[in-house]
Amino acid sequence: MLVTKYVITSSESNILPSDIAMKIYGSKYDVTVKETCFGVVINGEEDAINALIKEIRALDPAGIFIKDRGFPPGDPRRCRGRRGGGARPGFYMIEAESKMLPMITRAMASEGEVLAIAEKKKPLAIKRLEEIIHEDLS
Amino acid sequence: MAKVIVYPPTSMILSDLVERMGHKALVVPQAVRNLVTANEIDSPPLNVTPEEPKKGLRYAAVDVPSGVRGRMSLIGPIIEEAEAAIIVGDPGWLTGCAGCSRTNELVRLLIRTKGIPVLDLSYPTNDPEARAFVQKIKTFLEGLK
Repeated sequence: MLVTKYVITSSESNILPSDIAMKIYGSKYDVTVKETCFGVVINGEEDAINALIKEIRALDPAGIFIKDRGFPPGDPRRCRGRRGGGARPGFYMIEAESKMLPMITRAMASEGEVLAIAEKKKPLAIKRLEEIIHEDLS
Repeated sequence: MAKVIVYPPTSMILSDLVERMGHKALVVPQAVRNLVTANEIDSPPLNVTPEEPKKGLRYAAVDVPSGVRGRMSLIGPIIEEAEAAIIVGDPGWLTGCAGCSRTNELVRLLIRTKGIPVLDLSYPTNDPEARAFVQKIKTFLEGLK
């Protein structure tokens, strides 16, 4: 079965989308690759893609992220070149999550102790509110 | 290897972390792929036929908007398949198939009422939170069979 995956690089990674594309061109796998501003889109048989992903991840284990995509690369139903411009709907999700990738990359790369995070303030429980009301009224 | 559904169902970070830990991430693009790359496109361009909202009836009542039922026809079977779940609080920028608030409420409800292990998180905003975020996911996934 043909599958399509996004290979997305963290903005702090030393690996560029063109490096990944060159790695794929030089590989033995029969896959289609499309280079984008945030990474590459690869399309091919599932086994080939899975094997290729392992090789691509090895370039920068903490800085390269993989995401599934439903549509094949360049599909006219999604390609903005055919739709008159504008980002496709899924790009906004990638854009928003890409801003967090450097933090996630650093978190995965660090092997230090994880600091305890103070829990965020929760709204007052209804029971406690009732108690306060009763205390004030009594 | 466990099948782990992630919420948001199109999240790159969550699906990547799940796959890194050796589990299978259940995400919407896989369901979309089955629909749009089928050999027989019955309803171009996206192959969403009147059958899809009918499939959604399994998860939502008939008076629920067809958009919710159409989305549930994709997400519902994934929830049924899931053996564990990672839910990250609504970040406010969900788009496309994950951009319907009512569907998202229903998805979260169905995941929670299914009785599978669920990990609740928020997206990190700084480095210490990111380290805790990754560590919690790692611990949760290591605990799955």
